[in-house]
Amino acid sequence: MLKDQDRIFQNLYNDKGSDVSSSQDRGDWVNTKEITDKGRDWIINEIKESQLRGRGGAGFPTGLKWSFAPKEVGSRPHYLVINGDESEPGTCKDRDILRFEPHKLIEGCLIASYAVQAHVCYIYIRGEYFVDGQKLQAAIDEAYEKKLLGKNAAGTGWDLDIYIHYGAGAYICGEETALLESIEGKKGQPRLKPPFPALIGLYGCPTIINNVETIAVVPTILRRGGKWFASLGREKNTGTKIFCISGNVNTPCNVEEEMNIPLKELIEVHAGGVIGGWDNLQAVIPGGSSMPLIPKEKCETLTMDFDSLMAEKSGLGTAGIVVINKDQDIIKCMARIARFYKHESCGQCTPCREGSGWMWRMLERMAKGDATKDEVDMLGDVTNQIAGHTICAFGEGSSWPVQGLLRHFKKEIEKRNNLDPIVQKKNNIPYLVDQHLLEKKNA
Amino acid sequence: MSLRRPAKDQPDSFEFNASSLEAANSIVAKYPEGKQHSAVMALLYIAQRQNNNWIPLAAMKYIAKFLDMPYIKVYEVATFYTMYNLSPVGKYFVQVCTTTPCMIRGANQIVEACKEKISENESELSNDKSCSWMEVECLGACVNAPMMQINDDYYEDLDKQKTLDILDKILNGETPKPGSYRGRVNNEPENNRKTLMDLKNA
Repeated sequence: MLKDQDRIFQNLYNDKGSDVSSSQDRGDWVNTKEITDKGRDWIINEIKESQLRGRGGAGFPTGLKWSFAPKEVGSRPHYLVINGDESEPGTCKDRDILRFEPHKLIEGCLIASYAVQAHVCYIYIRGEYFVDGQKLQAAIDEAYEKKLLGKNAAGTGWDLDIYIHYGAGAYICGEETALLESIEGKKGQPRLKPPFPALIGLYGCPTIINNVETIAVVPTILRRGGKWFASLGREKNTGTKIFCISGNVNTPCNVEEEMNIPLKELIEVHAGGVIGGWDNLQAVIPGGSSMPLIPKEKCETLTMDFDSLMAEKSGLGTAGIVVINKDQDIIKCMARIARFYKHESCGQCTPCREGSGWMWRMLERMAKGDATKDEVDMLGDVTNQIAGHTICAFGEGSSWPVQGLLRHFKKEIEKRNNLDPIVQKKNNIPYLVDQHLLEKKNA
Repeated sequence: MSLRRPAKDQPDSFEFNASSLEAANSIVAKYPEGKQHSAVMALLYIAQRQNNNWIPLAAMKYIAKFLDMPYIKVYEVATFYTMYNLSPVGKYFVQVCTTTPCMIRGANQIVEACKEKISENESELSNDKSCSWMEVECLGACVNAPMMQINDDYYEDLDKQKTLDILDKILNGETPKPGSYRGRVNNEPENNRKTLMDLKNA
């Protein structure tokens, strides 16, 4: 287990309070000027050396992303945008940072803004987190009062203003370009890439977008050194990560742990074990709802990081672990996730808009045993028609969980869905084209 | 995609009151000059708060004029995002999360409790017109599942009896305490904490 002094979020459970003075006791805002005095290149290099990968799901190297920002500020100002639109089912880590470690985030914003030469930073928070957003706003106001923000923020000589922008219940706004559209006051429908936001982003200006957790760990990395961060976890999957363990476990919780920790340790030690014992485990969704599930056999030895989960054809995503035990109907669980995606599709690309609803309807019938054998393959076909054929990654996000279900629980579906596809008089199958034949007596 | 339609009965006019106007002006100031359209989402919230938790078409027209943008753009935003209520909801607006992490921990019990106490169908006002409920997608408190949101506050770690008690209080006009209803501190593992132990007792 990770040593307590190596945990970045010391106040994850709000033992000490989230105001400026208690944050300073924990080491925030202590020598911010010394960090910025070392210069932009040093900051970006140190982040590169720490091998920090974005915590929002895609795992893109943060240092590399920052280095895409233009070196000189031209006629267009630079922006920093923080993505706090956490809506992925199974994930609730950013909420705790907004509530309990706001100063880590604000200081991270200052350092990141300095590194990418932004004077304005927008923090996009999902609308449901209104109360938590108010807590962050209180922390921002406190920071202005203590001259940690505004002109010459924290004595660094850099001017920075931070504003909160609330979303309004759209999951898709967690996609970075949809988020920019939303800040611009439009429907949250993703843009085509390229151009990438680092060159043409918010209001057409260079914009760097990072997850809340990514930015909140930056000050600590710079204080303790990229080498320290890189020494945790394993090569290319370094550092610590907040894992959210929910579902059928005895003590669901958020916990900060080292990358590459065994999944079994997370569930057994921190989450108090699966309800009904380890043998009652059915499957685990390892990284928020859009990552394919992993059946029990593989959970024994699985370690939690980007690359080892990729090898299992899943992904770390946001590290929201949903544990599903044998008391649950796995097809129903996935049908509910499909309904989520059907509800949240922005409607811009046809494969996703139509396909997400199609998958949901098929899965609902499969859960009841009302599908034909052929449809199991058809479902797989639909997922392949969606993934990779849409503007943003939502297409993959909605079809991967279904593909995961088909990969590991196909037998279960086939066992339950035994309808004969040949038209028989007894069966009333409303989606069959030849339905009218049933009504004819001699058909 | 979700289908969202404005209410049939619409008020004729809408205007910001003094406090809303002040809030709206301070929001517009957050964005660069000429980019006042960005404020549309926040202004819709302000209108919603002022107008008993729902947004009439007149408010969209008013906001469009206020921000100097086409009415259809405001309409698009208001119908795209699900947190803008386009028809009247109760003064106490209960949203029950029923996405998978909550579902497998028994969100259906909360739905049952809402059906018993508030109304048989979702988005329907209770008998005394003070309360309505609906199922929503993930509210982002999966570790505290099952949970529900009443207006701005999260009520976490619920079961049927606890939900019934909370709804009783609300129907009596009280405001129950938000947070976990199993008595645990925030998102820590209940009685099973293994990390940051020296801080816990500090």
